[in-house]
Amino acid sequence: MFVASAFAASAQDAAEATHSETGVASEGAHAPNFPPFDSSTFPSQLLWLAITFGLFYLFLKRVVLPRIGGILEVRRDRIAQDLDQAARMKEEADEAVAAYEQELAEARKKANVIGQDARDAAKAQADVERQSVENELDAKLGEAEKRIMAIKDAAMKDVGAIAEETAASIVQELVGGRLDKTAAAAAVKAVKQ
Amino acid sequence: MANDPIHQFQISKWIPIEIGGLDFSFTNSSAFMVATVAAAGAFLFLTTSSRGLVPGRLQSISEMAYEFIASMLRDAAGSQGMRFFPFVFSLFMFVLVANLLGLFPYFFTVTSHIIVTFALALLVIGTVIVYGFWKHGLGFLKLFVPEGVPVVLMPLVILIEIVSFLSRPISLSVRLFANMLAGHITLKVFAGFVTSLSALGAVGVAGAVLPLIMTVAITGLEFLVAFLQAYVFAVLTCMYLNDALHPSH
Repeated sequence: MFVASAFAASAQDAAEATHSETGVASEGAHAPNFPPFDSSTFPSQLLWLAITFGLFYLFLKRVVLPRIGGILEVRRDRIAQDLDQAARMKEEADEAVAAYEQELAEARKKANVIGQDARDAAKAQADVERQSVENELDAKLGEAEKRIMAIKDAAMKDVGAIAEETAASIVQELVGGRLDKTAAAAAVKAVKQ
Repeated sequence: MANDPIHQFQISKWIPIEIGGLDFSFTNSSAFMVATVAAAGAFLFLTTSSRGLVPGRLQSISEMAYEFIASMLRDAAGSQGMRFFPFVFSLFMFVLVANLLGLFPYFFTVTSHIIVTFALALLVIGTVIVYGFWKHGLGFLKLFVPEGVPVVLMPLVILIEIVSFLSRPISLSVRLFANMLAGHITLKVFAGFVTSLSALGAVGVAGAVLPLIMTVAITGLEFLVAFLQAYVFAVLTCMYLNDALHPSH
């Protein structure tokens, strides 16, 4: 057993021990035992263990553990609360979105109606205007035709005189004699008809 | 001789106190018990003093220790076991900090003395017995009578159960004590090789590299052991407390 051999080594070395490695004067030089089994140190260790561990237990139980427990509790509550709030906010947001969409749909419908009305009104006005413009144009057209007619009539009247003169001059050139003005007029008239 | 690996377990009196013929001196062991308690208590107290909703690093460590032990105890002994939470938490922190403090060179390791670990183990078993009888009366003895065992085998099984119950404080204390003792002796021996070899000149210094590497590696291992043994001590405490709460298996 290593304890036994260690004890032997300890007993050998203990005699040579001049100083302890902790720098404190050692009782080890005279200790007959392997230190952990040296029962002369037991009462002191037990007493100090009871004092220190007892105080440690009380301190943890009274002060530290309630505090850490409180911190964790507060955090858990806070997280739960925040989650609740987040859920509530999400609900509100969903409601807002639904309301918005409904309003949007209504607005779209209204816009359609307005647009339709505007389109109809514009169409009606355009029709009226077109009608008036057409009427005006028709009137102008009639007038213009009348004028053309008059001009044409006048021109036709002039055509006779010109033809007579031309015929007279052609005859003069060709035949060399003067053409009777009335004969020429009669001829032109005959051609014209 | 400074190389003696047992020397580090030597108890030296700092303030001699004697009461009724018994030696209650304030020793280096007492000093390190005080240091352990002061360090653990101060750490837990100071890191949580800001009560941050969002914890800092150090506060996280305290909270992790709290939740680690709390979930361990709840898993092992149910929510009724939470009445022992301060006890288990104190045990865990005491053993852990004592083990870790002992890893500093020249520091004394409180848990390397069997009387300390045995006292803690007896405290656990004493709590189990007292609470078991207080809560269940003689029904606590059902702990030794497993269900579904043939009547013929009953005396044998009961004997085994009683022996196993009685050996609990021994195994609980010896496990922690032996781990700390053996680890520190190993460390000391390997570290001693380094100094002995380097006294032999250049070749010795070259050869001392190997035990030096071992010393570094074992130091790392000892940190693991320090935590692991505190954890094992706390887990077993939880399981034994579960017996006190629910004796009928």
